[in-house]
Amino acid sequence: MKIIIGQGSCGIAAGSDKVKNAIQNEIDARELTMSLELAGCCGTCYLEPIVDVVSDNGQKTTFVSVKAEQASEILDFALHHKEPNSAVMMEPIDKSAMEKQKRIALQNAGVINPEKIEDYIANEGYKAIQDCLQNKTPMDVIEEIKISGLRGRGGAGFPTWFKWRAAYQQKETPKYIVCNGDEGDPGAFMDRSILEGDPHSVIEGMMIGGYAIGANEGIIYVRAEYPLAIKRLEIALEQARAKGFLGKNIFGTGFDFDIWIKAGAGAFVCGEETALIASLEGLRGMPRLKPPFPAQKGYWGKPTNINNVETFANVPWIMRLGGAAFAALGTEKSKGTKVFALAGKIKRGGLIEIPMGVTLREVIFDIGGGIQDDKEFKAVQMGGPSGGCIPASLLDTPIDYESITATGAIMGSGGMVVMDETTCMVDMARFFLDFTCKESCGKCVQCRVGTKRMLEILERITDGKGKDGDIELLEDLCQKVKDGSLCALGGTAPNPVLTTLQYFRDEYEAHIYEHRCPAHSCKKLLTYTIKEEQCVGCGACAKKCPTDAISGEPKKVHSIDQELCIQCGTCKTVCTFNAIEAL
Amino acid sequence: MSQWNESTRTCTKNNDELTHDTSQLDNVLSQYKNKPGSMITILQKAQSIYGYLPRDIIRYISKVTSIKTPIIYGVATFYTQFRLQPVGEYLILLCKGTACHVNGADEIEQTICDELSIQNGQTTKDGLFTLNNVACLGCCSLSPVMMINGETYAKVTPKKVRTILRDLRKKSSHSETKEDHA
Repeated sequence: MKIIIGQGSCGIAAGSDKVKNAIQNEIDARELTMSLELAGCCGTCYLEPIVDVVSDNGQKTTFVSVKAEQASEILDFALHHKEPNSAVMMEPIDKSAMEKQKRIALQNAGVINPEKIEDYIANEGYKAIQDCLQNKTPMDVIEEIKISGLRGRGGAGFPTWFKWRAAYQQKETPKYIVCNGDEGDPGAFMDRSILEGDPHSVIEGMMIGGYAIGANEGIIYVRAEYPLAIKRLEIALEQARAKGFLGKNIFGTGFDFDIWIKAGAGAFVCGEETALIASLEGLRGMPRLKPPFPAQKGYWGKPTNINNVETFANVPWIMRLGGAAFAALGTEKSKGTKVFALAGKIKRGGLIEIPMGVTLREVIFDIGGGIQDDKEFKAVQMGGPSGGCIPASLLDTPIDYESITATGAIMGSGGMVVMDETTCMVDMARFFLDFTCKESCGKCVQCRVGTKRMLEILERITDGKGKDGDIELLEDLCQKVKDGSLCALGGTAPNPVLTTLQYFRDEYEAHIYEHRCPAHSCKKLLTYTIKEEQCVGCGACAKKCPTDAISGEPKKVHSIDQELCIQCGTCKTVCTFNAIEAL
Repeated sequence: MSQWNESTRTCTKNNDELTHDTSQLDNVLSQYKNKPGSMITILQKAQSIYGYLPRDIIRYISKVTSIKTPIIYGVATFYTQFRLQPVGEYLILLCKGTACHVNGADEIEQTICDELSIQNGQTTKDGLFTLNNVACLGCCSLSPVMMINGETYAKVTPKKVRTILRDLRKKSSHSETKEDHA
């Protein structure tokens, strides 16, 4: 009998620490010898905190949205099969959403205790690297990865075997293998969940990669914003060293390998390979011209191979079950599975892993359960600041590298933010440009100045001050920023603007020519009124109004003078009676 | 030579003078000063000791590592994690990621600014709260999200935010009165 509590960052944010303490107190109070285990995120973030009760014969009962007060109920159920009063068990519909997935990179996340290497070993952990070291040459490993068709999961989708072979062919030593865990795309959390839920799979994947290219040193570059991922990685590395999986003469084969962690300091551009290397060297993370590629001249000028967290997490599975088993999944050009972080206006948000080729509709409606409050689906944003918005008319697009690129978005690292009718697409473009403008490293003029000018135009459109010709000016700037930027940050920064212009041009035109925001989202284009039936006349809004546009007698319904109103929205923020309407 | 001092916004002399205790930092420096490529790590550790990167400490690091101050400032201003100003007792990290944006992070920001009378990047006059917008905390399915001193608050609403901030303010004033009585 054991009880498992989901302790990923999302679970802890939802309150799983309190639940854990409550259950532990209850176990202590009843003087039980039951083991309380932790697990990473199992993907159904919208149901956190999640508690699994696993009986001795392996039967698992899952409780969802657990509160600390329900600790004794859950223990009663575990010990005496007493039906709980208030604790909720997972619904079959949530289970069926899990069953539509195929888990390779996430196979252990939410299942094993990430802080116990024994759990990972029990699930065939470190078998793949042992087999590689004892029975395969580095070229055999690269050949197997080639058969699998694995492509980089960080976004660009470059064939992994090709990069490995390029690094393998370099004569210079030492060589380095780097794991890119600088997950900067706002709206994505795949890498965090893998590192928190199954750190050993990434370590094993790096070892296999290190063996293939001939590196004896690995570096994991993780965002500083992910303290829990860093902590779990440190524990995992320590345990792997203690077991002899890292260090000298691994498995008695003469292979030496060790890994250290570098915490990033917050810069989106460091996801770019050459910028990441500069950051590893303690400098400003600014990209440089390629070639030479990192495989030729990387960390300290030595051959370096960089792969994303999810790419490495797939490697042990591929080596264990064979490249052909991986290639059997997915489409002709995009093999295997992909992890996505489903968020935004979706009912069942969380982490999912699906075979390539599944359509967007299946992901959003069958697995994600559709749109919150049953509103109308408008678009899904893929690829973050480098990607684009895909409209409802393209919902049947299969998810593979080529099909997604054809829509104008990119596969990206796996962020999938769903939007409904209340999301303004011009504002979305402004949001992403605001991001890329702040994150531009400043090296290329077109990116540094171009994104700023584009942002200014988008700001004036959402403020209702757009001019005739702004759309054309944006299109022109998009092309120039694309052409004139050295790295992918600038090269893809116009994508959010270009896709929204392609699919939602009418919204831009409504803002510019009719001074109207069709989604009723842009503050400056709204009309603020007071709902008579809700207003109690407290006067809070009148006190805060910067232009004294609100008047009314105490305890009587107030009103807004539209002539004076500057649409700042302060009244809506301060009203605690929900009496301000903005349309 | 006179220098511009950004923490007090005044022109002062003798700002080379070391005013902070460096005993903890010396341990860090002896470990990393001869290891090339360690500047980010050194600054991260210094910031966790002092809460920010004070000017005298940057000069001190420069002296010990023989890396020129403009290079150190270059690194410190490039990465969003580093601060050149002290922060309040409670550091509010408000997530402005895509999912949080779609689910109303702007409204949350407006509420925090209204409740505390500060803007993004500022600290309240009593030194209690600092507001920092961040790109993404990675808890997208629980959006909108904010983090205060390491604790994450999920699915916040304007009303919830006001309650959280008022509770923290109360807690802090209680502990102060207790100390006064003691």
